[in-house]
Amino acid sequence: MKPAPFHYIRAESVEDALSALAERPEARVLAGGQSLIAMMNLRLVKPSCLIDINRLSELDYILLDGDELAIGALTRHTAAAASPAVAEHCPLMTAAYGYVAHRAVRNRGTVGGNLCHADPASENPAVAIATGATLVLRSVDGERRVAAEDFFLSLYETAARQNELLTEIRIPKAPENQGWSFQEMSTRKGDFALVGVAATLECPNGVCSDARVVAVGVGERAERLGAAEAAIKGSAVNESSVAAAASAARDSVDPPSDFHADTDYRRDLVFTLTKRALLEAHGRCQGRS
Amino acid sequence: MGAAREEAETMESVKIAITVNGRLYERETEPRRLLSDFLREDLRLTGTHVGCEHGVCGSCTILMDGQSTRACLTFAVMADGAEIDTIEGLGGIDNMHPLQAAFWEKHGLQCGFCTPGMLMTSLELLRENPAPDREEIRDALSGNLCRCTGYQTIIDAVEAAGKAMRGAGQ
Repeated sequence: MKPAPFHYIRAESVEDALSALAERPEARVLAGGQSLIAMMNLRLVKPSCLIDINRLSELDYILLDGDELAIGALTRHTAAAASPAVAEHCPLMTAAYGYVAHRAVRNRGTVGGNLCHADPASENPAVAIATGATLVLRSVDGERRVAAEDFFLSLYETAARQNELLTEIRIPKAPENQGWSFQEMSTRKGDFALVGVAATLECPNGVCSDARVVAVGVGERAERLGAAEAAIKGSAVNESSVAAAASAARDSVDPPSDFHADTDYRRDLVFTLTKRALLEAHGRCQGRS
Repeated sequence: MGAAREEAETMESVKIAITVNGRLYERETEPRRLLSDFLREDLRLTGTHVGCEHGVCGSCTILMDGQSTRACLTFAVMADGAEIDTIEGLGGIDNMHPLQAAFWEKHGLQCGFCTPGMLMTSLELLRENPAPDREEIRDALSGNLCRCTGYQTIIDAVEAAGKAMRGAGQ
């Protein structure tokens, strides 16, 4: 037996899961399990109680709700990656899925579980922040909504309280004239990012009116690179303004050194990937207008 | 000792029913039992191989309700009610599946440790995309590690199996 023993509760409804979470402060939610079970196998974590939410088909959906795309937390990555609605209204997410794990992991892993795991090198936290997504959290006390930007606190740490279940991710539909790009470098395809950069850009009349740049793999959480955004906003988008923004991005991060890449290399990646992301996003801006 | 006692005290078992290769199995299992260990040790279906045990190598890949799944990243209790396909259901020495025949023919294996995962992953690919190009095959198999072949012969084998299956109208 690899994982430590735990008490198993299979939730049959969201209410079921919420009351189990309320009754058992030690409980953790088991969604796709693609990160949690790996960590349990290595005994890095030993939760004494798991609430299995895999039967909650009510949380498995992708739909349009007004100006937002609503993705149920139990939506599997494979479904989100292949969704025409996601491709149309959140093309940044579709692009990011080009880098997310491998098929078998995407088949089981869920959008919500991935966000709640809050791995600092994972792609979807960057997508959620770059698109200004809102996360819907439910507990027996009711519902609250947290902006993605405020959700990711630190390494594997989020704003979700112990008794809360992430039920939905709400993403504002991408504006018609918005360009997007996700760029990533990893050791092998499907590995966690050494560095990844998500960018969105609006550029009516040749001048950048709005931009978001978010990096992963550069610290304890996905980080919005405000300096890069400020550098490109109000400028005509060209090689030199993009290079200035990429330099600002590089200078604003202090990534960790580890076995796979040292701080200097990661900084260089932030520069190069930010540049590529902004240029690709800009190209798509023009294509869309 | 304290830890061992604690484990014994919290031991619980759950009754599950899983269909594997078309046959229904009903068993009592601990919640922490991984599907890979359930298949190998409880059902004695040792064709599913266990390599890294944390979802990286792909050896333990099986199909769960038709979708490739890491058996080592799934608790058996999560598969309660599911239909599982393992390598044992693919074909035997006398009635090899076109994928198995192609891996043999093209030398798609040496030691064979990764092969069950390679085959089950390839089966999902060819069901969805009967005529994948080499890049698509590489992409589909990117989550399966092989330390012998250098992969080229595996890609050859999947390509050949696709052709054979299309020819046979499977």
